[in-house]
Amino acid sequence: MTTIISVPFSLDEHSFEQIFDQLAPIPPDEKILLDARRTRWASPFGLTALLTVAQTRLERPALAVPEADDTTSYWARASFFKHAEALYEISGRVPRSRQSSESSVLLEVTPVVHTQDVHTVVENIQQRARAILQEKLHLQSTVTMRFTMALSEICQNVIEHAGTGGWVAVQAYKWQQRLGGRSVVVISVCDAGMGFRKSLESAQGPRPTDRWGDGMALEETVMRGVTRFRDPGRGQGLAGVKRFIGNWNGKFSVRSGTARIAVVPEWDQDEPMKEGLAPFPGAQVQITIPERMQDA
Amino acid sequence: MISHIDVSTVLKRSVCDLYSNLVTRPTGAAVRIGIEHHLDEIGDKALAVLDFSHVGLLDFSCADEIVAKLLMQYVSVDIPRREVYFIFYGMNESHMDAIEAVLERHDLAMVTQLAGCDAQLTGCVDREQRTAWEKICELGSVLPADLADATGMPADKAERTLETLWRRRLVIRQESGYSPVRGANVGRGLLDGPGTPGGTGVEAS
Repeated sequence: MTTIISVPFSLDEHSFEQIFDQLAPIPPDEKILLDARRTRWASPFGLTALLTVAQTRLERPALAVPEADDTTSYWARASFFKHAEALYEISGRVPRSRQSSESSVLLEVTPVVHTQDVHTVVENIQQRARAILQEKLHLQSTVTMRFTMALSEICQNVIEHAGTGGWVAVQAYKWQQRLGGRSVVVISVCDAGMGFRKSLESAQGPRPTDRWGDGMALEETVMRGVTRFRDPGRGQGLAGVKRFIGNWNGKFSVRSGTARIAVVPEWDQDEPMKEGLAPFPGAQVQITIPERMQDA
Repeated sequence: MISHIDVSTVLKRSVCDLYSNLVTRPTGAAVRIGIEHHLDEIGDKALAVLDFSHVGLLDFSCADEIVAKLLMQYVSVDIPRREVYFIFYGMNESHMDAIEAVLERHDLAMVTQLAGCDAQLTGCVDREQRTAWEKICELGSVLPADLADATGMPADKAERTLETLWRRRLVIRQESGYSPVRGANVGRGLLDGPGTPGGTGVEAS
């Protein structure tokens, strides 16, 4: 039996919860078909999380690709299909991937498995950072460096904590309605590994408190820099990312297991903590950096 | 002995000659080990100028592996490996973000020098240590009595402060007194250019 999972029209970190909700009751060895035929848009979170979903299935899943040519064209430019073809049985028309010099794809969907992948991500993004981050988002070159540091640290978290590989993608957008039409750059890094709670438990076991769970594990790691390593130098990566996001009025969210924590700027109405979400392995991270206004 | 170590060259030799960014812990550990090998060859008392001028990005993990762990071996133990003083040279603003974060985390301090600028004290030092360090830079070389006279510190406190700065390898202790750790005058010729292409990244004078 194949269970059909309906992919939302617009796929981002919030609407993806609809997919997690549909997946939760389905055993991992059961065949699923993700029906994205009516999907018109996907954020980096949407694309990287879709690949992550496939990694959680024991039976190779199927994916019906979007029917809209401009959507599939973008997904191809973002290298989504290049990786999806290895994970999904693809149905529908997949355009040939073309690189465009006008593309606002800052970093195509890229696997993060080994240390050298982090070097590749950093080297690749630096090549395009000047055009997109500095010219479009009016970020100074020093901010571009800090942005890349944040990206590096988040990718390393996958390698060190997930126990499996993950995916990263970066995209710049111009928001039509929010933030007065400002441009933003969005990073997403998703994996289907052990997640934050199990990572902490691997060193110290569960905390002796009724509150212990995915939400508390996220609070400890993201907000307080706790890590499973004894080395006191550990835990600085996420702390540094959080500091950079705060200084730059950005947004930072991490979903792991059944909880999601967010550092929320004043321009967004997201909830700082959500618990009781549909369970999903690993960690899914999103960072949003808004354009710096000239008078800011 | 003064040793100039081009960190970018050590990266290329230790990890991959295509890399210009100091990112990830394994990369940082490999570069630190490369630097330690150079330090093993430069004698029991030396000044090492670690040149970051040609490093692209330095992330927090790499800063922890290279800067913090290197300093902890040479300045934060009762019996350090050898009497090695460091000047961290040529960092940019984003390098300093990562470095300052790890110094704070480990309660460390170091001497930094940006191109064309005077040496600075960076990291965790108390007010008295900073005052003493700045006075030493101003006077060139001091004995405890000189510091006490110049700052109004009690003599025993001046002596303790200088000893602490020396133990932290923020000043050099010599028979003639305590001198500032700085590289501009002693290493100008070494600091002006990158390491020899294809070389070890280490020059000594």
